[in-house]
Amino acid sequence: MNSVRRRDLTMLIIGLIIFGVIQGMISGGMIGAFWQLNIILICVNVIMAVSLNLINGYTGQFSIGHAGFMAVGSYVGVVATTNFHLPFIVALILGAICAGILGFLIGLPTLRLRGDYLAIATLGLGEIIRIVIMNIEYVGGAAGFKGIPHLTNFAWVYGAMLITLFFIKNFVNSSHGRACIAIRENEIAAEAMGVNTTKYKVMAFTIGAAFAGIAGGLFAHQFYLISPNSFTFLASFNYLIMVVLGGMGSITGSIAGAFVVTFISAALASFPEVRMIIYALALILLMFYRPQGLFGYMEITNFTPIKKVLDKISGKEA
Amino acid sequence: MDFVHQLIQQLINGVSLGSIYALIALGYTMIYGIIKLINFAHGDIYMVGAYLGFFGVTAAGLPILPALLISMFVTGLLGMVVEKLAYKPLRHAPRISILITAIGVSFFLEYTGMYFVTPTPRTFPDVIGNISFNAGGFIINGQQVLIFAITIILMALLTYIVQKTKLGKAMRAASFDTETAQLMGIDADRVISMTFFIGSSLAAAAGVLVGVYYNTIDPLMGIMPGLKAFVAAVLGGIGILPGAVVGGIILGVIEALVAGFLSSTFRDAAAFAILILVLLIKPTGLFGKNTHEKV
Amino acid sequence: MAENKPLLKAEDVSEVFGGLKAVADFNFYINKGELIGLIGPNGAGKTTIFNLITGVYVPTTGDIQLDGESIVGQKPYEITQRGIARTFQNIRLFSELSVLDNVKIAYHCHVKYGLIETVLRMGRYFTEENEITAESLKLLKIFKLDEHAYEVAKNLPYGAQRRLEIARALAAKPKLLLLDEPAAGMNPQETHELMEMIRWIRKQFGLTVLLIEHDMSLVMGICERIYVLEYGMIIAEGTPAEIQNNPEVIRAYLGTESMN
Repeated sequence: MNSVRRRDLTMLIIGLIIFGVIQGMISGGMIGAFWQLNIILICVNVIMAVSLNLINGYTGQFSIGHAGFMAVGSYVGVVATTNFHLPFIVALILGAICAGILGFLIGLPTLRLRGDYLAIATLGLGEIIRIVIMNIEYVGGAAGFKGIPHLTNFAWVYGAMLITLFFIKNFVNSSHGRACIAIRENEIAAEAMGVNTTKYKVMAFTIGAAFAGIAGGLFAHQFYLISPNSFTFLASFNYLIMVVLGGMGSITGSIAGAFVVTFISAALASFPEVRMIIYALALILLMFYRPQGLFGYMEITNFTPIKKVLDKISGKEA
Repeated sequence: MDFVHQLIQQLINGVSLGSIYALIALGYTMIYGIIKLINFAHGDIYMVGAYLGFFGVTAAGLPILPALLISMFVTGLLGMVVEKLAYKPLRHAPRISILITAIGVSFFLEYTGMYFVTPTPRTFPDVIGNISFNAGGFIINGQQVLIFAITIILMALLTYIVQKTKLGKAMRAASFDTETAQLMGIDADRVISMTFFIGSSLAAAAGVLVGVYYNTIDPLMGIMPGLKAFVAAVLGGIGILPGAVVGGIILGVIEALVAGFLSSTFRDAAAFAILILVLLIKPTGLFGKNTHEKV
Repeated sequence: MAENKPLLKAEDVSEVFGGLKAVADFNFYINKGELIGLIGPNGAGKTTIFNLITGVYVPTTGDIQLDGESIVGQKPYEITQRGIARTFQNIRLFSELSVLDNVKIAYHCHVKYGLIETVLRMGRYFTEENEITAESLKLLKIFKLDEHAYEVAKNLPYGAQRRLEIARALAAKPKLLLLDEPAAGMNPQETHELMEMIRWIRKQFGLTVLLIEHDMSLVMGICERIYVLEYGMIIAEGTPAEIQNNPEVIRAYLGTESMN
């Protein structure tokens, strides 16, 4: 059996063990409602951060409107379950498909833009999505969508998170992923090496948007009510911060970023201003002293001691 | 007849709003022109300006004009300090790092502001009184006259500084090519610093005027106008001063028309839709020239 | 020659930038297997010609044909897929990536596994990935870069970066290789090695090579035919010996660079 495949299996088993422990603690009543909610949010945020990282970190296309795709996934999902009584899984997939299609349609024209211009265009599109939703009476307009069934639980978000992580990890470690990374590194050289840069930018954007759609569906079914205000560009910035903090181009980084940001937000929930001031200062100091984020381009599996252990478990042929 | 009347009234409102966007957009465009940074914090600088004006009028009991000038001066200094502390150390860092720092500064100003002045909106005192002018059935109120007057004076002043003074020449040289300008003996750091001063004080003026016009200010008031002023700057051609003014006024007028004839909830969407259209059709803006990357 | 259809042919190609003619009525051909030099003073339009051939610029007028088919208007990646690969005068490596990954990226247009095979890690993903890695390492060995395979590209010395650019271009499996000043910044020893390397890879990979170079020892040493460009126009064409004795060429270079 191939050592790469064995390593995947090892990581999957580790993932399932972590799931078992946390699920056990939840079932055993050792984790209160507040932290249960935050564990679910961490998983949702991991999906958001990793999918945004595919666009921003790996492909180097600076997108800051990710919450817009999450909004699409949320609203499509809640309409599917609440109004059409479709199964949760179908709602999630529908949300992902709609967000993905929108990502494709938006990405095709806007990804011609570079750097700052792309950033501001994605921000604008994210806001347009939100404002359009606010003006659709069918989904409750500005007041929000009420009466959503509580379908999200730890098992769902954790499962979706694992699928996302494996999907993105496998994607970036392939020729397709290398094409995306080449675009980030040097677009002209990438094109000269035969990479259809438009195609891969749009592909990364579409995949990222689709996973944001899934995250949106999971997020929405955690609450009785969702409103367009959950998806402002401040929310998008929040996901951006997770990615930047963890390291643009590192999946481990995005997990860590989502974890740290969600945790700090929860801990400082009663001091919203102080929380944001700390955020702001952390962001500035990070850019001064560690602009590549906590992990840079590194993955936890690249660190020598961990790599050794993993190699041992997965029996890598030397 | 009624439609035409309403149209012209909306145009007047649009130009007033557009003048404010233009003042903010000028700072955006100047700063972008010189250090290629979308200063996300610029809208928050404008907010600080509004609050300083507010405290000048209320706490210090000043008339509106001195309050405006003091606010402009202090906010200008704030802009310089922000540049010195947050952006200058990153002058040679990747663009994305500076952009993220700007987002950080923006958050910092918003929430430090909120911490000190509380999130509750404040009512800006009525400094003009209930004056309005009736020109052939169209109403122009005192606040609008003040906005027009201040905007025109500031723009004339800015044109003079940029075109006639040594500082202005240095600014133009540095925004054309910072390194060459430095080789020609221009102190780029000082020029950048002054650009932030001027840009920030223009934003402060806009902030005070908005307070006078809409009567209400709050710590997050800078977010939307900041983004829209950026749209205005892009529309006119980023880095180009007359472009920012024209872009600001066009944006203000379009918003007023959308709000007046469609629905005010679509107002914000209009600005972003314009942005996307400009970026797709002519990313360099109305006044911009096309440039190539050298291979 | 009439029966031997050229691999690449440019007919009356002109490129105008805002009123300025960077390239004017450019005509040339390269036969399969040839090693051609393109020389000329700075600003003569040599790199512009590379950019026209590789689709970075679209000619204002004229036609460029590869194997008898026009490639005008095609995107750079399409032209690469058709078999033209290049290096850059101002090195454009994927500087934050490993040397190995730089080369692996260039296999991109030969990969057959799709998105689903990627994400589910199916059999073909593994076979192809293993092949790519093996072939990349082989290429690196040819260019004496195998010891640096896992280093970050930007940390390589200058000469090695130039060699990596060539290795990366070869990984795209081109028919025609365009080298833009491959010896720039190299010392005579390195230049000499490079010359041998170019000769060797041409034979080994059955390549046709077009190179821009200022180092006359290299150009005169390995090129079979040379085109001389000045102000966007060809002023001379011939064997190295003919070029060295061409009065037009000597005039163009006089005072700027000495021949030999």
